[in-house]
Amino acid sequence: MKLRQLAIAASVAAAGVSALVGTSSAFAQDKEQFFPVLVYRTGAYAPNGVPFANGYVDYLKLVNARGGLNGVKLSFEECETGYATDRGVECYERLKGKGATVFQPLSTGITFALTEKAPADKIPLITAGYGRSESADGGVFKWNFPLAGTYWVAADVLIQHIAKKEGGYDKLKGKKIALVYHDSPFGKEPIPLLQERAAAHGFTLSLLPVTHPGVEQKATWLQIRQNRPDYVLNWGWGVMNSTALKEAQATGYPRDKMYGVWWAGAEPDVKDVGEGAKGYNAVMMQHGAETGAPVIKEVLDKLHGKGQGTGPKEEVGQVLYMRGMMSAMLAVEGVRAAQDRFGKGKVMTGEQARWGYENLNLTQPKLDALGFKGVMRPISTSCQDHMGAAWARVHTWNGKSFDWTSDWMQADDQIIKPMVKAAADKYAAEKKLTRRAGSDCQS
Amino acid sequence: MFYRENGQFKTSYRADQQIFPIVQDRWGLLVLLAIAVFVVPMLVDEYMFRAILIPFLILSLAALGVNVLVGYCGQISLGSGAFMAVGAYMAYNTYVRIEGVPLIVALLSGGFFATLVGMFFGIPSLRVKGLYLAVATLAAQFFCDWAFLRIGWFTNNNASGSVSVSNLSILGWTIDSPVDKYLLCLAFVVLFAVMIKNLVRSAIGREWMAIRDMDVAAAVIGIRPVYAKLSAFAVSSFIVGVAGALWGFIHLGSWEPAAFSIDRSFQLLFMVIIGGMGSIMGSFFGAAFIVILPIFLNQFLPAVGDLFGVSISTALVSHTEYMVFGALIVWFLIVEPHGLAKLWSIGKQKMRLWPFPH
Repeated sequence: MKLRQLAIAASVAAAGVSALVGTSSAFAQDKEQFFPVLVYRTGAYAPNGVPFANGYVDYLKLVNARGGLNGVKLSFEECETGYATDRGVECYERLKGKGATVFQPLSTGITFALTEKAPADKIPLITAGYGRSESADGGVFKWNFPLAGTYWVAADVLIQHIAKKEGGYDKLKGKKIALVYHDSPFGKEPIPLLQERAAAHGFTLSLLPVTHPGVEQKATWLQIRQNRPDYVLNWGWGVMNSTALKEAQATGYPRDKMYGVWWAGAEPDVKDVGEGAKGYNAVMMQHGAETGAPVIKEVLDKLHGKGQGTGPKEEVGQVLYMRGMMSAMLAVEGVRAAQDRFGKGKVMTGEQARWGYENLNLTQPKLDALGFKGVMRPISTSCQDHMGAAWARVHTWNGKSFDWTSDWMQADDQIIKPMVKAAADKYAAEKKLTRRAGSDCQS
Repeated sequence: MFYRENGQFKTSYRADQQIFPIVQDRWGLLVLLAIAVFVVPMLVDEYMFRAILIPFLILSLAALGVNVLVGYCGQISLGSGAFMAVGAYMAYNTYVRIEGVPLIVALLSGGFFATLVGMFFGIPSLRVKGLYLAVATLAAQFFCDWAFLRIGWFTNNNASGSVSVSNLSILGWTIDSPVDKYLLCLAFVVLFAVMIKNLVRSAIGREWMAIRDMDVAAAVIGIRPVYAKLSAFAVSSFIVGVAGALWGFIHLGSWEPAAFSIDRSFQLLFMVIIGGMGSIMGSFFGAAFIVILPIFLNQFLPAVGDLFGVSISTALVSHTEYMVFGALIVWFLIVEPHGLAKLWSIGKQKMRLWPFPH
């Protein structure tokens, strides 16, 4: 090897290090509210991650097309996590330095890691419909916002729906319910609640884990074939969901006895299975596929009509796209609430935005004005309640699209509240935190 | 020219046995250390610390451990991720179950338990070698993944299977800011690097290398394969376990078994192969290559795109990152199959003669 070659190799490495230093110190410009966007457009969960990311980005673009947030333009930057925790932490550190308003980790693992970091950096975390369930307790988790519901809410509503279908909670006695779950913190989140419900109503709960990424389910479905549970709850994500449906088809397990969590009931999960998934249900926190919603018409008109839309036009308004939109809307509305207090037309810091998320009051007229009419119900948060609402519906796949098959249902506060408080207290004790005092609520 | 050794005479055995026989190396390393300890904390921002330097240091430490086993003793292992996991979870258990245990003790206990597990899974190395051993150590990976996901005791019966630590401090020094964390990792890395360097120069290191080069011949000249192989597994797992504990405690703060998946094992093995088998320096080069390059490409490619007025989507960046990364690995291995450390030593050799090569 020549010295010249060596010098080239060395200079490549040096350029790399210097570029890293250079890019990391670039700051967002003034008068722009910066929203970091953690996404995964590659990797095992990409088919589901892409529509979410498209919806999220499209909503931010839409706010700009509407003239910004009281005149403040929104800027954003995507960072690819690939659903890996360490990459997510790297993204967080990179985008934090650019004046991030709020992070939405989009992964339970990353949420857990960032929960430790957010209080020190004073950046709020929104985990709309996912994340750690006990973080609904604002008294301990000052910076976490599981807006619109948690996995405990989803699990509770599922059991309520099943009880209704059976004709009352007393009919659940002696029934067998199997939980097929993604073997990660995401999949394990609902277990405490289901165990609580199982003890209360006398059904047996069998836990059937499926390892990442979820294509290996033969053994799981063999067990289902043997035990013949009355219901199967599918706590999956990505390729795991369509695999579960295919396995159910092969096993001959009735699809209408299968219930997905709200991450397991979108078009990418069922469309490959098509007719075979007919009758499959999924609980949806707030929204479903809303192709007719006013906000979707606006997106098609103002963005896709002008060639500025993100992703394919056909996916606009589908379940995961809507989830992206709703998450972005919550992120933006919190900043709007903060502006009402700290000054309209100003760029909010993470700390000010946190106040906004804590005092979010999305009433029905406000939602209608934003174009979310019929998509979701009002959300209002407080110092103690960082969840805001716990409403869900069940939709069913008819072979071509999803139809609503239940009314709005609300999770049972009598069960969830004490569990949240106990888990939050345990967390506080482990971390040697004290509950926030009343005076802290005003800040 | 830069490495001219004229006039550097060694007049005692002590002088002849130094780690760095050339005076330039000694000073160079001291200057490097001084920069790492005093200058870096002043110049570098938080992102560099948290996202690049700390992961780099911890994975260098893990790569050092793997290098002991794979590079020096020739026992290919695919279970390094598992030993990291053992380190992290057992350090966690020591930390939460024993009231008031010092942080250092907790971290080292992670290494201790990783040693036990590593030696247990090293037993097959007495009968099988090469690829067969790699498959046997793969069992360690699967077993540990299973154990940490399923057995509630390891995660302190945490419902979600994710554990976290906080309020770290050593003798009143709270490890809170990125600089603290960086310095703690740096201290571990420097200590262990010196320790391993001395170990591989000693009798036991020579035994490992003899086993690596030809185990039958080694046995004939009186080296006990059982002792050599198991000691390599023990030392390697200890270091990898401590690295795992640091990864959990210092870098992530909160982790799940997926943080130590089989991908991590592969990553560590690649670090050793690309950095240079059987080289302390190589472990650092390998870690830098594997940790920093993807992050660099991830930020560099959009910047290049902007230069030409093309906006590159996140997915395209991510895909290109994999392609370029793969191509670079192949290129480096063709240019220098003995790893980046060999490039480094060739460079040093050139510097000795420069500017008058013969």
